[in-house]
Amino acid sequence: MPSIPGGRRGNKKGKTDVSTAEHAEVNRRDFLYIATGAVGAVGAALTVWPFINQMNPDASVLAMASVEVDLAPIAEGQAITIKWRGNPVFIRHRTGPEIEAAKAVKPEDLPDPLARSANVKEGDPATDENRVVGGKEAILVMMGVCTHLGCVPIGNEGDFAVVEGSTKHGGWFCPCHGSHYDTAGRIRKGPAPQNLPVPAYAYLTDTKIRIG
Amino acid sequence: MSGPSNYKPTTAFGKWMHERLPIMELVQGQALDFPTPKNLNYWWTFGGILAVMLVVQLVTGIVLVMHYTPHASMAFASVEHIMRDVNSGWMLRYMHANGASMFFIAVYIHIFRGMYYGSYKAPREVLWMIGVLIYLVMMATAFMGYVLPWGQMSFWGAKVITNLFSAIPFVGESITTLLWGGYSVDNPTLNRFFSLHYLLPFVLAALVGLHIWALHVPGNNNPTGVSVKSSQDTLPFHPYYTMKDAFAIVVFLMFYAAWTFFSPNYLGHAINYQEANPLVTPAHIVPEWYYLPFYAILRAIPDKLGGVIAMFGSILILFVLPWLDTSKVRSGSYRPVFKYFFWIFVIVCVALGYLGSKPPEGAYVTWSRILTAYYFAHFIIILPLLGLLESPRPLPASISDDVLAKKHPAAVPAE
Amino acid sequence: MKLLNTLGIAIAGLMLLAAPVSAAEGQMPSKDIGFSFEGAFGKFDRGQLQRGYKVYKEVCAACHSMHYVSFRNLSDKGGPEFTEEQVKAVAATFTMQDGPNDAGDMFERPGLPSDKFPSPFANEQAARSANGGAYPPDLSLITKFRPGWFGTFNQLINGIGGPNYVYSVLTGYEDPPAELAAEAPEGKSYNPYFANGHWIGMPMPLSDDQVTFDDGTKATVDQMAKDVSAFLAWTAEPKMEERKRTGFMVMIYLGVLALLLYLVKKKIWANAH
Repeated sequence: MPSIPGGRRGNKKGKTDVSTAEHAEVNRRDFLYIATGAVGAVGAALTVWPFINQMNPDASVLAMASVEVDLAPIAEGQAITIKWRGNPVFIRHRTGPEIEAAKAVKPEDLPDPLARSANVKEGDPATDENRVVGGKEAILVMMGVCTHLGCVPIGNEGDFAVVEGSTKHGGWFCPCHGSHYDTAGRIRKGPAPQNLPVPAYAYLTDTKIRIG
Repeated sequence: MSGPSNYKPTTAFGKWMHERLPIMELVQGQALDFPTPKNLNYWWTFGGILAVMLVVQLVTGIVLVMHYTPHASMAFASVEHIMRDVNSGWMLRYMHANGASMFFIAVYIHIFRGMYYGSYKAPREVLWMIGVLIYLVMMATAFMGYVLPWGQMSFWGAKVITNLFSAIPFVGESITTLLWGGYSVDNPTLNRFFSLHYLLPFVLAALVGLHIWALHVPGNNNPTGVSVKSSQDTLPFHPYYTMKDAFAIVVFLMFYAAWTFFSPNYLGHAINYQEANPLVTPAHIVPEWYYLPFYAILRAIPDKLGGVIAMFGSILILFVLPWLDTSKVRSGSYRPVFKYFFWIFVIVCVALGYLGSKPPEGAYVTWSRILTAYYFAHFIIILPLLGLLESPRPLPASISDDVLAKKHPAAVPAE
Repeated sequence: MKLLNTLGIAIAGLMLLAAPVSAAEGQMPSKDIGFSFEGAFGKFDRGQLQRGYKVYKEVCAACHSMHYVSFRNLSDKGGPEFTEEQVKAVAATFTMQDGPNDAGDMFERPGLPSDKFPSPFANEQAARSANGGAYPPDLSLITKFRPGWFGTFNQLINGIGGPNYVYSVLTGYEDPPAELAAEAPEGKSYNPYFANGHWIGMPMPLSDDQVTFDDGTKATVDQMAKDVSAFLAWTAEPKMEERKRTGFMVMIYLGVLALLLYLVKKKIWANAH
């Protein structure tokens, strides 16, 4: 049975007594095996990539249209939920007391002190102003996706920002694992790590926004 | 399984594992150290090439399903979505579509190699029959896969082929209705074809497992057809044949890539880029190239049922090939007359393929009939008679004798 | 041996005999005009695709749909490569139906890059009734499903000639031969390059200076036909440039790996006997 080259690499060490020529031959052979193995491995890795990358969002998903919303029909104290990129977006026309309650809290006292809004700089504080756009503080637009594990929070069920002199609760409550968000959609209690994110949107007219 | 294994676990984990699942022994005995005849030529690499093609088809197929929609009104658009929007989707689809053709090219070479060297003869009859079964499942899988893009040829191919079953007396109509799930090829048909197209490749993989098992009991045939007599005749599979196969596989992948990237639609039909229309039949309905010889046989017989029987018979006859060939000599290299008939048979198969692509009229029909008759005559008349009438050339005493004789023709005395 | 020779000659003869029969498709082979995107290294000509889009938009789109192409594709790499601003502006000139809104009504809005090209007719029936019973086919894939010529080997070497087919039909209108003129079907034109018999439902669509090219190219029928054929080659195979580029790298890589494996195999087998 002939010896098996390549099958058992690394027996170079035991061959100190072989002639220099043989030694060079062994080196050249090992180099060839290593080079071939390396080229094969690189090719395999490059081949794997398209098979993984095909799962990333495709061109039509990336180009998905933005959504325009007419705010005029939303009365004070009312909220609507629309779908954008497959997720619910809450649009709430807040009442005066809700806004006051939201403004009364200092961002640094919050579990998540950052604004989490695509409309301000990253790292800006979670003031109520930074949670809305264009100084229109009555309209709160944010993703209706709990930052804990993705459930949809329920409006007017939060433990926080209970409007004084009323039995009505404000803010949002996530029924899955008990996270409470205040009237500006900021996390106040429960397992969720971050405030509800505010998507990029802009006012087209006074009562019309485009999300995305 | 045969093949000695010298596997001795060396590590503590290796010993622990070996007592519970001796998988390393299997790998070492059946894949690494497996004694393989030392004289296998490059025609023997197509087994490894086929294994690679099966994996390529499985992986690209699973990935394509992530984007494909099996619905009559959306299938065509979802394929275009793959071609246009999905990241590298065009490449995955072209790999899968051309991969099917490459799979068949490789399997035809593999089959003809087995025929030439008598690899179907005792003790390898079961190995051969599992192979024929694999080929049948491949054909069914490819046919159902071709329907999925729901183009014009997909639809009409499906309609024509399923209508073959209506030739069966008494129950034919009920069978086609059952296959279609309706009164024509429609959404239910597409859905069940999709389901089966996804299932059958795994059946194929299992059959390939059996095929390899059946191969490893007697071991490989070889170009001399002479059985292995001693360890002088063999080499361990690794690294000798792993590296030889790897080289052949990469060369085959180059051939495959050339089609995939530079002529990806040539092996398909242009008309399949038009969405299925149940009201308009294309001028020519032609199956994919790999079915063409059988399609020619189907159309050669002027009777509907007769054509269907002839077509299926032309494949099923392969199952009994081991008993039709009466020669005791395996390899065609030592059968001077068989050799010619083998090549005539290859040419007849290619010519039938050509005729299958042509409209069924005039001289094409005449030639289809002549060659169909010859196709069956090869199995039923020529092979049984040849074994009795032909006087084969003397066989070498052993594989290693033959190898030595070829290396140093002067060193071995003339026989 | 004699038998083998006879058979070989017979089969060769059969193949020769068979060659002209592909013309039984009933269609005159298309004119073979060279395109920049032919061959293993061919690329689209951006200016040509941009002109071609203009011809499609101003002439073809009046009757033909283009289901699988979106405005955003016009700025994709490997295509006409309009700028994103140009694409937004072009899309906005179209009116799209959207909805339903909160009241349940459909409404209209300006087009967006993510919109597909709008179809001229609501459905096939509407298209047929507006075109004398003929259905103007969707053009997204026409250069892939309409061969310009036939023949197994011819197509292997020259491709199916889809863009040449479009060009030939657009420039191939002529007076019918005398023996056919009498049987001219109502409302159809004679065009020997057309795939479904010589009578085509589409009246000659192009005339000189029908569109004004932004790059100053003179809009002859020949020029417009060429440009729109190239544009339709792109709509059918928008990833062609990426495909050829990737393929080139794959071939080089596999070539290197094959060479290395050959050397490894040779080394290993050197001491096999």
